[in-house]
Amino acid sequence: MSESAAIAPAAHAAHDAHEEVSFLRHYVFSTDHKMIGRQFLFLGLFMMIIGGLLALMVRWELAWPEEVVPFTQWIPEPYMSEGHMNPAFYNTLFTMHATIMVFFVVMPILVGCFGNFLIPLMIGTRDMAFPVLNMLSFWVGAVAGVLMLSGFFVPGGHAAAGWTSYAPLSSVPVYSGVEWGQNLWCISLLVLGVSSLMGSINYITTIINMRAPGMTLFRLPLTIWALFIVAILLLLALPVLSAALGLLLLDRMAGTTFFLPSGGGEPLLWQHLFWFFGHPEVYILILPAMGIASDILSVFARKPIFGYRAMAYSMISIAGLSWIVWGHHMFQSGMNPTLGSSFMISTMVIAVPSAIKTFNWLGTLWGGNIRFTVPMLNALAFVSMFVIGGLSGIYMAATPVDIFIHDTYFIVAHIHYVVFGGSIFGIFAAIYYWFPKMFGRMMNETLGKIHFWPTLIAFNCTFFPMHILGVGGHMRRIYNPMQYDFLHPLQPINVFITVSAVCLGLSQIPFAINFFWSLFAGKKATENPWNANTLEWTAPSPPPHGNFGALPTVYRGPYEYSSPEVTEDWLPQTRRLEGAVARAH
Amino acid sequence: MLSWLPEDVSTFGPKIDQLFYLIYYITGFTFVLVNVLLLAFLVLYRHRDGRRATYTHGNSTLEIIWTIVPALILVMLAFMSKGQWDAIKKNAPPADVLVQVTGKQFNWEIVYPGPDGKFGTPDDYQVDNDLHVPVNKVVRVLLHSKDVIHSFFLPNLRLKQDALPGREIVVWFEATKPGTYEIPCAELCGFGHSGMKGQLTVHDTAGYDAWLKERWPATTANAPAADVERG
Repeated sequence: MSESAAIAPAAHAAHDAHEEVSFLRHYVFSTDHKMIGRQFLFLGLFMMIIGGLLALMVRWELAWPEEVVPFTQWIPEPYMSEGHMNPAFYNTLFTMHATIMVFFVVMPILVGCFGNFLIPLMIGTRDMAFPVLNMLSFWVGAVAGVLMLSGFFVPGGHAAAGWTSYAPLSSVPVYSGVEWGQNLWCISLLVLGVSSLMGSINYITTIINMRAPGMTLFRLPLTIWALFIVAILLLLALPVLSAALGLLLLDRMAGTTFFLPSGGGEPLLWQHLFWFFGHPEVYILILPAMGIASDILSVFARKPIFGYRAMAYSMISIAGLSWIVWGHHMFQSGMNPTLGSSFMISTMVIAVPSAIKTFNWLGTLWGGNIRFTVPMLNALAFVSMFVIGGLSGIYMAATPVDIFIHDTYFIVAHIHYVVFGGSIFGIFAAIYYWFPKMFGRMMNETLGKIHFWPTLIAFNCTFFPMHILGVGGHMRRIYNPMQYDFLHPLQPINVFITVSAVCLGLSQIPFAINFFWSLFAGKKATENPWNANTLEWTAPSPPPHGNFGALPTVYRGPYEYSSPEVTEDWLPQTRRLEGAVARAH
Repeated sequence: MLSWLPEDVSTFGPKIDQLFYLIYYITGFTFVLVNVLLLAFLVLYRHRDGRRATYTHGNSTLEIIWTIVPALILVMLAFMSKGQWDAIKKNAPPADVLVQVTGKQFNWEIVYPGPDGKFGTPDDYQVDNDLHVPVNKVVRVLLHSKDVIHSFFLPNLRLKQDALPGREIVVWFEATKPGTYEIPCAELCGFGHSGMKGQLTVHDTAGYDAWLKERWPATTANAPAADVERG
């Protein structure tokens, strides 16, 4: 297993000098990709608590409209009146729930944390191509987070035009009554865009230039493929969002009228720009989880991934097609219906690579020797939940059906099956799987299962019934469903969903306990606790500054599990087999 | 699950619902197939001591099949959708009744053209949130907005269309059953979005004539329905 480690000490000595850095340089302004990855993880987990609490307030209001929301008496007027929610504040809550979850939880954890932590380790190099840029990327992102949270404390309240911030509601302050909240929302996302650009340039450069000897593109783990593709999407999509945010800010602060018809502007311009960014963004949120799930399924099924190249190509085609499907968010917007048909066809097409991936995951499990570890359970939940999220997308792609379900809870169910059922289960799988490498200790398996099962059940009880609400015509973003006669029969479902959502929130307590307890008192992790093939498992747990002793040499692809060439059921990428050097794969 | 759909009272609603059901059966079948296979594999191939996983990197035939079959189904759905979509959104039938609906924070402003069938004349009638139409007649709605984007949603008629400031968007429907139905706004339009709703009253022929007589006593009852063949 560790032939390459035999020559470690000499090469390693050269890097020991880096270890003696000050506390500030080591834990705060670190240029080490692993520390930056951990920083992004803590940022994301902290924001997840805030985003989750906002969601619970939204849910409480929907189940028991205009009644007292528990634990909120301390929130002052005009947001809450002694625990009764003001409708404008309700709009702020769902706006900020989505904004925080998308931009400050899923992106920092999947792209920021795991991108940073895994890319150098999995391709076999010592750090990112631009370590200082990497540090800046985190700290600029942290500034964006502070700016975003500061919006809660300005007069007029925080942004309340939805995370999509459709103009002119977002662009003319009197329409929403929100002043600096919306401005800070724009500025924070502009700053965050700079952070993501710095990160994506770093990822792309590192993956192209710094792979270990023998690590060809088609020997990259699918996690790295996914992160590589995501970095390219970020690089190309974020400038469009930044441009749109710039125009929005000018409309709000400088009196321009880019989105206001009375001044020659066009409200749909915002939607085109936003969704031209927004749809690739959806895949930015899900592709890393797809890569992570692929890796974890293969490790714990003890089997090569089924159709490795098809998996890589399908991610590439999802990324390519993601640029020409944005109009499916706008079928009922007043966009030309003929254009709607074109977007409908491209959207149907993008479902094909997702189907390929699903069947290939099933193929990976077929004939395996499956170990139900906590990371595996979460990866399996990812597959199962992603299937529901993918299939429910077909209803919206079919334009006539979308007429009815657009802007209903059916859409809310769909995005949560993709982003929670997909991305968040992917995040949990990744944390349980790489925690030993990140922190040098194992997480507790029993607590992990106590976290997993209630989360899976409560997740489905929360989000599946939202499909039914949508079928019943329940609109999104309404504060009190009881204002509508036709929604009265659906109200018991709203109550059930809220109770489930509270359970879903409580189910995260075992995770928090497990995470912090394991951080300090978990069982010490060995170098390769899962008997996995990829390069990060040849480094110590946690890896020192510089990661590896001598840089590893790669002899094969990442998924050689149960290979007939060896007696063990794994075959690390670095292990050199005598007489088999010339093998192509 | 689809039994939760609100009662349909429009002419194009049944076609939308049929497509809804078709997709429901296709996705339901796929969901069951994938999850049954998943569970079966988890049970059959669970870890047992001494077993070794099958060493395979894939199977091109299988992969081609599960690429082509979903592709064909999706293409079929795309063509079926396009047909219905064009019938609803592009090939509107000639209108019998014309009405203008303007979204404004937080009401639907309804303008009836009156007996002369023209907007902007003294016999126009303007009212908030109260839309009256006859049954079995094609109603053409000219959608406007005075401020932000609103969305004109008739759940029982399977109709939804955003109303944009600065644009006129034309939609149509034909109600098949008299009654009263709600007209919620489906696009977030500000702090009063929740509760922004109007009422649609679909009259039978006699009831509609009576409503017209009450509204425009001086003129013949069926005048507003005349000569609106525009666009």
